[in-house]
Formats: sequence, structure tokens, C-alpha cells
Amino acid sequence: MAGGTDVFPARAHRIAWGNPSEADWLDITAIPELRGITLSGNSWRIGAATSWAALRDADLPAGFDALREAARQVGGRQVQARGTIGGNLCNASPAADGVPPLLVLDAEVELASTRGRRRLKLGEFILGNRRTARAADELLVALHVPAARAEARSVFLKLGARSHLVISIAMVAADAEGRVAVGACSEVARLWDGTPLAPMDDVRGSAAYRHAAAAELVARAQARLAA
Amino acid sequence: MTALLVNGVPRELALDGGTRLADALRDSLGLTGTKLGCDAGDCGACTVLVDGAQACACLTPLGQCAGAEVETIEGIAATPEGQALMARFHAHGAAQCGICTPGMIVAATELLRRNPTPSEAEVEEALGGVLCRCTGYRRIIDAVRGVEAQAETGTVGARLPRVDGAPKLDGTERYGADLAPADALWLRAIRSPHAHARFTIGDVASFLAAHPGITRVLTAADVPGRNGYGIYPHIKDQPVFAEHTALYRGDAVAAVIGTRAALEALRLEALPITWEKLEALDDPRAALNAPALHAQFPDNVLAEGFVRSGDVETALREAAHVVQGDWQTSFVEHAYIEPEAGYARRIGDRIEVWSSTQAPAMDREEVAGVLGLPMEAVRIIPSACGGGFGGKLDAGIQPMLAVAAWVLDHPVRAIWPRSESMAASTKRHPARITARAGCDAEGRLLALDFEGIYDTGAYASWGPTVAGRVPVHATGPYRVPNVRARARAVHTHQPPSGAFRGFGVPQAAIAQEALWDRLADACGLDRLEFRIRNALVAGDVTATGQKLDHSAGQRLCLEALRPAWAELRAKAAARNARGGVLRHGVGVAGMWYGIGNTGMSNPSDMRLVLGTDGRITFFNGAVDIGQGSSTVLAQIAAEALGLPVAALRHVNGDTATTPDAGKTSASRQTFVSGRAAMEAALDLRQKILRGSNGVLGWDGALTLDGAPFRPSAPIEGLGRFDPPTVPLDANGQGIPYATYGFAAQLCALAVDVKLGTIQLQRIVAAHDVGRAINPTLVEGQIHGGIAQGIGLALMEEYLPGRTENLHDYLIPSFGDVPPIETILIEEREPLGPYGAKGVGEPALVATAPAIFSAIRDATGATIHRIPALPHRVLEALKETGRW
Ligand SMILES: Cc1cc2nc3c(=O)[nH]c(=O)nc-3n(C[C@H](O)[C@H](O)[C@H](O)COP(=O)(O)OP(=O)(O)OC[C@H]3O[C@@H](n4cnc5c(N)ncnc54)[C@H](O)[C@@H]3O)c2cc1C
Ligand code: FES
Ligand code: FES
Repeated sequence: MAGGTDVFPARAHRIAWGNPSEADWLDITAIPELRGITLSGNSWRIGAATSWAALRDADLPAGFDALREAARQVGGRQVQARGTIGGNLCNASPAADGVPPLLVLDAEVELASTRGRRRLKLGEFILGNRRTARAADELLVALHVPAARAEARSVFLKLGARSHLVISIAMVAADAEGRVAVGACSEVARLWDGTPLAPMDDVRGSAAYRHAAAAELVARAQARLAA
Repeated sequence: MTALLVNGVPRELALDGGTRLADALRDSLGLTGTKLGCDAGDCGACTVLVDGAQACACLTPLGQCAGAEVETIEGIAATPEGQALMARFHAHGAAQCGICTPGMIVAATELLRRNPTPSEAEVEEALGGVLCRCTGYRRIIDAVRGVEAQAETGTVGARLPRVDGAPKLDGTERYGADLAPADALWLRAIRSPHAHARFTIGDVASFLAAHPGITRVLTAADVPGRNGYGIYPHIKDQPVFAEHTALYRGDAVAAVIGTRAALEALRLEALPITWEKLEALDDPRAALNAPALHAQFPDNVLAEGFVRSGDVETALREAAHVVQGDWQTSFVEHAYIEPEAGYARRIGDRIEVWSSTQAPAMDREEVAGVLGLPMEAVRIIPSACGGGFGGKLDAGIQPMLAVAAWVLDHPVRAIWPRSESMAASTKRHPARITARAGCDAEGRLLALDFEGIYDTGAYASWGPTVAGRVPVHATGPYRVPNVRARARAVHTHQPPSGAFRGFGVPQAAIAQEALWDRLADACGLDRLEFRIRNALVAGDVTATGQKLDHSAGQRLCLEALRPAWAELRAKAAARNARGGVLRHGVGVAGMWYGIGNTGMSNPSDMRLVLGTDGRITFFNGAVDIGQGSSTVLAQIAAEALGLPVAALRHVNGDTATTPDAGKTSASRQTFVSGRAAMEAALDLRQKILRGSNGVLGWDGALTLDGAPFRPSAPIEGLGRFDPPTVPLDANGQGIPYATYGFAAQLCALAVDVKLGTIQLQRIVAAHDVGRAINPTLVEGQIHGGIAQGIGLALMEEYLPGRTENLHDYLIPSFGDVPPIETILIEEREPLGPYGAKGVGEPALVATAPAIFSAIRDATGATIHRIPALPHRVLEALKETGRW
């Protein structure tokens, strides 16, 4: 457990429908290595337990604008203060707002266990709806972003059915170098290469709608960057 | 052991680090000002500050607070900054039911500490994590920003801050979950996960043996009296615990009693219940020709309402213009932020139930019925009600708590988790409406043919009320000489549909107003002028044959919109001329609403007692669910007595001491109970003065002609009012209501034609309320009703098993309610107290149709499937061929 903003709601739901989980929790938020945003050499390091609020309020180069905008729109300030970027990635919801900006930033995740450390491209880490490449004994300790990527201006556009506290129907991150990622329009958010998405039909929107909306958001993001 | 600072006081808590901060605060420290509305981060009611930052106490593990400073409403309320903020909330009427208020004040405190002069947008962003279902947010924004409020003292007509306001602000108000005997056991209902299933309950004894914390499993066999409750005396169809067959997902089949920990650890599969899934009906049209859910209603038609006047077919044949359409709406969840909660305890051969409710007197009947007890043996003590909107009119938690406490002879409490509350409780009826209407070449309405099928779900609840009310209101507040209107409430295996602000009328208004827009266009008339031409005025006769003698202010409401209509339409046209993906439009809709029950007696009794100490106690059985009846009735009583409101002490709702004021529904408390309160006060005044023309006064106790007045025995003033109505005949002819509220609203918005999203820009609402006893509270109702109308129109869709939480079921948040301008029209109602009618439900009815009218104005797209989620709007836009 990091910020608990995914695990507590899931727990409440399971209890309500008579399916409580007996798993123990390990609170990882007091591990110093999991915190902080630092630049070392040619790479930015973001501790996995960095909160959305810390990202939102951090002074970072323009490449992080999309991520910071995502942070500003995740839940309300309550969720931003406690929810973490690592939790967002490990929870691996198709609508996780952190993923498209980090895909555009070409982020890598660093995993650690008693067996050692390894790094994966974010795209290789998230495998599906609520599925990641994290082994049961691994912790996500940090994200690494190439410093060069962090220089290109970026934007984030989120589409939901109300103003605040809303899960995305679709969202897009893009940077001035032409990299674009789309979320909530396929099982896993992905870099946009023009090939068709495979959006889901759900209570928030139909597949056909997501297709149209994603294309429109991409166009708007690019127009904004061009402006 | 976790050491932390709570409101400046060092505390050490010997609790597991994974304990939720909310539980530590509420249960271990008794700080119940932190409210729980969802247990999932979605409502923000539990907002506290942890090291100065907002946090949901329901999502924060205690272990993460080690060494931290936690501030709750109790702490903030004790600071000067907190008190200043609370005073502003009070003056603005920014707390209605109050369940969200502690969270709002805590969130606002965080904002104001870092930014003492926030903009509107900054308030919305900072408080965006807290939901309010009552106020529509605008007043909260004003209070946080320190916009000057017009609080006044005085009686009728004064903007008096609510008399019960203080405890709602500082966290001391007690809601259903905030009080219970220390030794109470917990109850947990076991509910069907299937929409339709047969079940058998097996070996309970070995289940109990294997679950030490669980004391008892209750089933239908344990219900001592009648295993059924329901609104109508002849349809007590909803069982406390179903017998053999569950009729919807959420139907209670049993209850388990035990310690809280044992209940939370309970796995449903451990229960000795075997399910056999059966085919479930989810389409009311199909249900008309399907096997019956209840033998009493073989064609699944629970109730039918019908109104006929004139000759519709001939009139439509002769009409210059005829239009038609069909509409489908969704289940709407009340989403009161306070889920059902309470406790029951047995005292010898009597039972006492404390719970959140809108209808204590009805709860009393139901509890007596299921226990097989005389009414005198039942006492209902309403807790503060954290929102109702119709959803807490039905008994739900009370019968099962009462059965448990009775059978175990031990106090038993329960709090329904959010998803259980949503699955189990009643909903707004989804409606399928087909309608045709015609007018002459000059735009005079000639005929309306209306057919509504309302999905009433598994049990009757208020279905008959909805079926009866809809056809009466189908024309809206307009003269339509030829009418055929039918509404049927049809059973399906869906959640029971019941009472929800407007009893089916908001759905019908969507159809009626859409037809008027098309007819206006067909005649080449302005949409507002078309409505003005057809508006009911005093002297007109309605489709039920009722002549409206007084207080029919529909035309005045519409006319009051003219300036804003012209201004906003010009603005929209100018913006549209500039092009772009945003298309601007303005819509308008009217509505009327009969106050009180339909063609049925619905009396209210009120009582005031002057004690020997010279103080006056107001025994008021009307439950204030946030709408402000306690304040309004006090203003009326004080006016009639000729004394200040401060002269009254209040006893509310307790069925042991207050007379029956009827339920808080049908917008009736101001009109019906208000008149009863006026009569009671006049009675008391007369008895005190005994024919003399002395002058009553107040100096902390009663004075007569300036001298203290202390009667030797208490003096009682009694008042009763039952609005005069005439039951409807087979053709729906009669006098269904003694009076009607009228309104017209307009809405300016922009449609993003590429994304199908809607940006509301402004709403102007003109309401004929007879007399605004308290303008601030009237406006509060209008704001809150509009917010719910916005939800109905644009985002709310309850799907059993899928949108069963406040994460997936969206209600309007900060930023979804645009600036609202209210215009109060006061066409005095002679029957009402000082001319007043009601406004609780009227506030909501016109909003959704005004929004759809504006979407059509902006883009030509007509919305038939509601809510207008972005994907539906985009589809409708495509159909126009223009976008
Ligand atoms: C009201 C509300 C609104 C929300 N709105 C949004 C939104 O708009 N957009 C959005 O994307 N999300 C949203 N969320 C979801 C959630 O807040 C985010 O996904 C958040 O970032 C999760 O982080 P956390 O630290 O709270 O995760 P936790 O709940 O602590 O953990 C989530 C999962 O990740 C695992 N985990 C966490 N950290 C690590 C780690 N370092 N190593 C290994 N495993 C780990 C946990 O075991 C758990 O399975 C919302 C949640 C709520 C309650
Ligand atoms: S109870 Fe914590 S957010 Fe609703
Ligand atoms: S006052 Fe906000 S929820 Fe009732």
C-alpha cells in the first residue's frame, strides 16, 4: 500500500459484497528511497511513492507539464495529497491518468526485490487491465525519465462527464516533438501511431464514441502545442 | 501504538496501523463530526487535514499519521478562522442537510490558509473533492469567498438563517451513524446478488458454530408480525426478508447479527444459502406480457393513472401542426450523502428506533406491522437526516433493525455501505414516454396524447403515486383543451422505483416541453412567446376539470424571463457567428406541480405549548431533511404569535412527543404543515389573550403588556390543516390538489460539437412560490433542485451492479452547476400560510427540459435517450446531419 486511494475503496467494495480479502498490507510510504524528484546526470528520477500533489506543485521542465496537469486533475485535492504515481501505475487501470504523460516522456520503471533490480519501459510494464509485469516480490521503486525528453513542451487533455472527481472517458498526452499517447481507449494506454485503437464500450462511453473523441483530443492537443 | 496530534491534542492510539483514520477519529476518539458517505474517497464528507493538507479520512491509514497533525471539523470549529467561515456558511444558507458541511469547511480552511481571497475557479478546484447533493454549490462558493450575505432577523419574509443551523456547521449534529448504545451489536443485511433468484437457506447452526463473532442469522421466519411493508395499506409487498425468491439485485434475504469485525470478515459464500438464478425482466414493455412478479398484479401493471378531457383524435386531425416523439430516461439514484443508518432497542414490550428518515410516522406504522405490535409500543426518533429527496420516505433499515432488536432483546445498529444503499434503496422511475401534440396556426395548443410506461421495479413503494401524478401533470402548466394521458407503473426485476423529487413529473416534463419547442418552430413562433401564449392563468380549467381560482403565476414566471431570454439569445447568436466547435444555445421550459397528495387527504397537525416558565415549545413532527422546514414553520408560528422566532424552543419529529405532521414529501411541509403551524400559533395566542387585545412580547420569556406572563398550567395551541381535494374519477376528473407551484427556467449553454460535451453557462429560474416565507431557503431549494435536474439531464444513470458507487455513478460536482439567477414570483395562495405554497420539487422539474431545449437550439439535435452523456449527444448531433 502506498497512498491507499485504490486499495481502500477496493476493500470497502469487497466487504460490502461479502468478499473481503485476507491479504496483509505492507505500507511502503516511509521508505525514503521511494520519495522525491531528482535530476541526476541525464535522467530524472521520480520516487514511486511521490504523491500527485508533490508532482503538481513541483518546479519541473516543460516536458512534465502533461504529467503535472494530470496530477491536477486526478480526483480532488484529497486524493492528490495521498495517491502516488507508483500506485497509479501498479494499479494499472485503463483509465490511469499517469500513464499517457509518462509514455510520452518515454519513462522507465525501476523494480526491486531481494533478487535485485531491473528496469522496464513503461509500455512493457503495464500488460493489461490491472495486469503488470511486476513480480509478486517486487516493489516499484522509481520512474526514470530521460532529461532530453523532459525539455519538449507537453499538454494533457482529459475528457470526463463532469467537472471534478471524474474518471476519464478518454485522455491524451502529447509533446512538441510529436509524441502522443492515448488513455482509456484501449486496455492499456499506448503511444498513438495512427493504427486503430481498440476502445471498450462501457458505462462512460461507447467504443465508437471513444474513437471519435480520442482523435479529436489528439488534434486539439497538437493544435495547442502548435499555437 | 500510533502517536499523533489531533486538533492540537497529543493522542496515542493502540490501534492497528491499517485502521482507517476515519474509524480512529469516530470510534476511538468520538469525533463524529467527520462524516462517512461512501468509504471510497468519492464524496469527500470525511475530509480532514493531515499536516495541513486535505485527506479523506476513509482512505488514510492511521499508521501514515504517526507524528502528524490531524485537524478535524471539531478543531477547526474552535478557531476564529473556522468560526468566521461557519458564520458565512450560516448566513448564506450554504448548509442544508449538513452532512457535507464539515468536509466543505475543512476543505475551505485549507484553501483560505494559503489563499485568503480565492476566485470562483479556485474555490471549485480546492473544494472539488467534496460532493454536496443539496445546495447546488453556488452558495458554498459565495460563503467561502466571503461574498456579502443578506442574513436578517424577523418572521415571515425574512432571510433568517436556519434555526437548526449551528450543529450542522461545527460537526455536533447527530446523523444516523453518529449515535448508538455502546453495547449495540451490528446488523448486516444479506442481499441477493442476482436480479431474480430462488434461494434456500440451509444449516444455520453449523454456520454459527464456525463463526464465533456472529450471534444470529435472521430470516423471514424470524419476523414476528407481517413480513411485508410498503407505502400503501393494501400493498405491503416488500418483505423484511424475502421468502424463497429474491426479486431484484439487492433484495434482502436474511440478516446477520454480530460484532462489527465478524461482519466485515464475513464471506457471503460461507453462508448456507444456495441460489438458483432465474430469468430476470429488465424491460417494462416486455414485462407487460411476461409472468407476474406479484399475483396481485397479473399483467405486472402495479397502477395506472389516466386523465381524459375533450376529444384528442379529432383535435389532432384538425390541428395545423402535429408533432410527436418518444423518450427514455434512466434510473436515478437519490445519492443523499448520508447512507441509511440507525439503531433499534427493545425496552420491555416496546421498541425504539433511531434512524435517518423523512417519514417517522410512517416508519412507526411499518415497524408496528412487522413486529405485530400496537402503534403505541413503537417510538421512532429521527436522527438528523443527511439528505432524503424522497429516498428516505420508504422504510428500509428500520424494519430489519426493529426485528433484530426485538428478537435478540438487545440493541442492534447498522450502517449501510454506499453500494448497499445504492443497490437496496428506491430510485427515480425510468420512463418510456410516447407523446403527440398539436396546435392551431396561431400556436394555440389543441391536444396532447401522452403514454408513459414507468419501470416501477420489484416492489410497489410509491409506484401508484407516480402513476397517479404523471397524467395530471402531463400537459405542464398550459391550457390544452383535449388531453388523453396515461401512465402505468410496471413491475420488473429491477430496484424498486419510489419517490424522488417530482414523483415522475420531471420525466414527463422532458417530453412535454420538447413537443412545445417543435410546435413553436412549426408555427414560426419564439419558443418563450409560444409558452406565454399557452400558459395557464387564474380562471383557466385544467385537464382534470379543475378551475384555477388563485395563485396561478405561470405566465408571470415566463414573462419574467423575457429580459434574460433576449440578452442570452443575442449573446449566443453573436458567439455562434464567430464559428468554432462550441455552439451556443438557450432553452426554456415551464412546469407546474401539485402540492400535497393527489386527490387524497394529507393532513398535518401541529402543537405549541406555553409552559409555566413562560417559554414556548414548538412540537413539530415535520422532519427537516435539509430543506428548512424547521425554520420556515418557526417563522410562520412566530408571525402568527406576534413574537420573534427566538421565542420558540423546538422539539422535532419524535413520534412520542410530536403530533403527526405527515411525511416530508410532495413539497407539502410549507403549505400543509405551515398552515397547521399558523393555526396552532393563532390558537395559542387566542388562548393566552382570552379575548383581550393585550400585546405579547418577549424578553427571554413571554410578556403580556410588558409584564412577565407565567401561566399556572401549560397552555396548548393546536392546529390542523388538510388541503381540500376531490378524488379523481375514472377519466381523471376532479380536484387533485388544492394548489400548484409554477415555474419557468431558462438555460444558456454551449455544446462541443466534436466531443458531445455540454458546458452550462447560466440558469435563470422564475418560481411562483405563493409567498417566500424565507427567500434564502427558497433559493436554496431552487439551487439544489436545479443541480439535481442537471444530474438527471446530463450524467446520472444507475445500472444495477455497474454504477453502484459514487465513483461510477456521477452526480454534479463543483463546476457542474453554473451561476443561477432566481426570480421569486409571489402570487399569494389564500389557503397557504401567509400565501405560501411549496418549492421543494418544483425546483427540479423544469431544469432538464430547459437544458434539452438549449441543446436543440444550439445544434438542432434532439435528445431522446437520457441522460445526455457525451456519447449520446454526439450520436444525436450526427443524426442532424449538420455536424
Ligand atoms: C475519489 C478518487 C478519484 C480518483 N481519480 C482518479 C483519476 O482521476 N485518475 C486516476 O488515474 N486515478 C484516480 N483515482 C485512483 C487512484 O487515486 C490513483 O490510481 C492513485 O494514483 C493510486 O495511488 P495510491 O498510492 O493511492 O495507490 P494504492 O491504493 O496505495 O495502491 C494501488 C495498487 O498499487 C500497488 N502499489 C502501490 N505502490 C506500489 C509500489 N511502489 N510497488 C508495488 N506496488 C505498489 C498496491 O499494492 C495496490 O495494488 C482516484 C481514486 C479515488 C478514490
Ligand atoms: S467517506 Fe470518505 S470520501 Fe466519502
Ligand atoms: S448540504 Fe451538502 S449534502 Fe446536504
